[in-house]
Amino acid sequence: MESVNELLTISPIVIIGFAGLFVMMLDAFTGNARWSFYASLFFCLAALAGAVQNVLGPTGTSFYSLVYYGGTASFGAVLVLTGTLFSLCLSKDYLEQTGNHIAEVYSLVLFAAFGMLLLVQANHMIVLFLGIESMSIALYALAGLLRDQKKSVEAALKYFLLGAFSTGFLLYGIALLYGSTGSLALPEIAEASDKGVMYWAGVGLLFTGFFFKVSAVPFHMWTPDVYQGSPTTVTAFMATASKSAAFVAFILVLSRALPDTSQQWQEVLWIFAVFTMVIGNLLALVQENIKRMLAYSSIAHAGYIMVGLAATSGAAYSAVLYYLFAYTLMNVGAFGVVAYYECHKNCDFTEIKNYAGLGFKKPIMGILMSVFLFSMVGIPPFAGFIGKYRVFAAAIDEGLISLVIIGVLASAISVYYYLSVLVYLYMKEDETGMVMKRPSTLYSLALIILALLTIYFGVHPGLLTDFLGSFYSVTW
Amino acid sequence: METFFFFFFATLSIAAAIAMITSRDTVNSALFLVVNLVAVAGIFLLLKAQFLAVVQVLVYAGAIMVLFLFVIMLLNLNSEERFFSEFRIKYGIAFILSVLMLSLLVYAVADATNTLPVLSPDSAHIGTVEALGDTLFVTYILPVLSTAILLTAAVVGALMLAQRKNSGKKES
Repeated sequence: MESVNELLTISPIVIIGFAGLFVMMLDAFTGNARWSFYASLFFCLAALAGAVQNVLGPTGTSFYSLVYYGGTASFGAVLVLTGTLFSLCLSKDYLEQTGNHIAEVYSLVLFAAFGMLLLVQANHMIVLFLGIESMSIALYALAGLLRDQKKSVEAALKYFLLGAFSTGFLLYGIALLYGSTGSLALPEIAEASDKGVMYWAGVGLLFTGFFFKVSAVPFHMWTPDVYQGSPTTVTAFMATASKSAAFVAFILVLSRALPDTSQQWQEVLWIFAVFTMVIGNLLALVQENIKRMLAYSSIAHAGYIMVGLAATSGAAYSAVLYYLFAYTLMNVGAFGVVAYYECHKNCDFTEIKNYAGLGFKKPIMGILMSVFLFSMVGIPPFAGFIGKYRVFAAAIDEGLISLVIIGVLASAISVYYYLSVLVYLYMKEDETGMVMKRPSTLYSLALIILALLTIYFGVHPGLLTDFLGSFYSVTW
Repeated sequence: METFFFFFFATLSIAAAIAMITSRDTVNSALFLVVNLVAVAGIFLLLKAQFLAVVQVLVYAGAIMVLFLFVIMLLNLNSEERFFSEFRIKYGIAFILSVLMLSLLVYAVADATNTLPVLSPDSAHIGTVEALGDTLFVTYILPVLSTAILLTAAVVGALMLAQRKNSGKKES
């Protein structure tokens, strides 16, 4: 009975791992990718239910203290599964349009999600590393899905080479931390007293690995190319689920393995947050391709989140979790609308200037895009605003006032490039006279739910913020 | 005696590694890599990690080296040069003897300056198959199973990228 209870503490991991294998086998028997699609949706919902149950339950460690459940870790699982579920809903139509609707995509998405779930629940460096690897390897393959497009191949190769390189940094950092502290378990790393050169070299390399995964400037070079070249729904998955997973794991490592030395690494995060926010926003200004623009905007969002990490208080961590939730909702949504527009004209319809006048042709899609973009800007009735507000407020409480001022200014820059999309959608005349297709019911339903959630958590954030705050009211 | 063997294997592995990167012929390099891997396996054996030593020989010196050799031969790199330098028995003997001499020398110096490494008594039972199995399949069962999924994901990904073009179109 005890082992069943242990399995329940990692129920999302078990369900998604099984689902990946099941979906892979299902294709061999049915030969129809549609079944794989429905099966993966079903398992994703089941895993999400398991994760929600774990979030509401107690916290603790299981499997010989290798994984951590409840609280932050299980909320991370909810984030990952939300991103996965909605990206999956959007995938089918998009892949059918591009002629790449094959069942392996779904098993790879599930394997990637499996890695992310391991990552967010990791309480041990080995589990963390395995999580990052499972996630990355599946994503490398997914990025190259559209093999007949040069951009997709470029994306896969670039992602693979740079990703493998960053994994090397991460692994070396873990090895050095093990060398200086004698343990790979996160709490035991915190207990070690010797903080010599080897410890700091390990921490530095570990940070480098994480910065790459969350695409912080100067490790952001791969992001625009990979996000542009990958199939758009895969990009949505990459930009939300994998980034949330990396950030939640980063929070767990910072708060559980390195709490004593926060004074020192706080400054490192401070500097990286400034660079990430400023450079991400400035480069987004000049992008003409909407996928590249959203890629740079996701770099900028990583910067805002790092402001929260630099604050290192419980309130800041819970604010970051809220931000990640809002970020997942609005980014999957925005990429979903982009994927819808892209399906016209041979899937090469991602220049922002092509969007002229499209807002009136399909009014609902236009409204949805506006909701997601306004939320990314951080305009009040949407979830993005509350996220930004809470992160910056937590940073001010910790006295990082200059950092917050830079963040707010950088965020003001972002208004220009988000709203220029809306200018094209609504204030330019369409000269091509193209006819828009009708999206499938599931597709529009998923986008509408995302938009409603974005609005709901913007208008009524108290429920979730109080709940997330309770993770950090007890010290651990 | 054990300490001397440590020096022998250590010198052998370093010498083979240097020979590997300086050798001009790819196949020779690969064979020197085998020598290096076997020498490292010897060091594992001295540390009483029998399982690791056997795995090192089986997996690295065996499987992965065969893969290397296949790739080298199939790709036909630097075809203008010869694959093998002809193996001359005297070079082989000279290599082994000089490694032996060097290791004796290092051993003698270490002995004279009292810097001989001492094997910790704890290591006697760490590397056995029993201890390893106990660790892997009880404490670390979750990472072991996750590795299985990781490898499956890698295979599925590779197959997806390598399969025939447009095979998915008829299904959609």
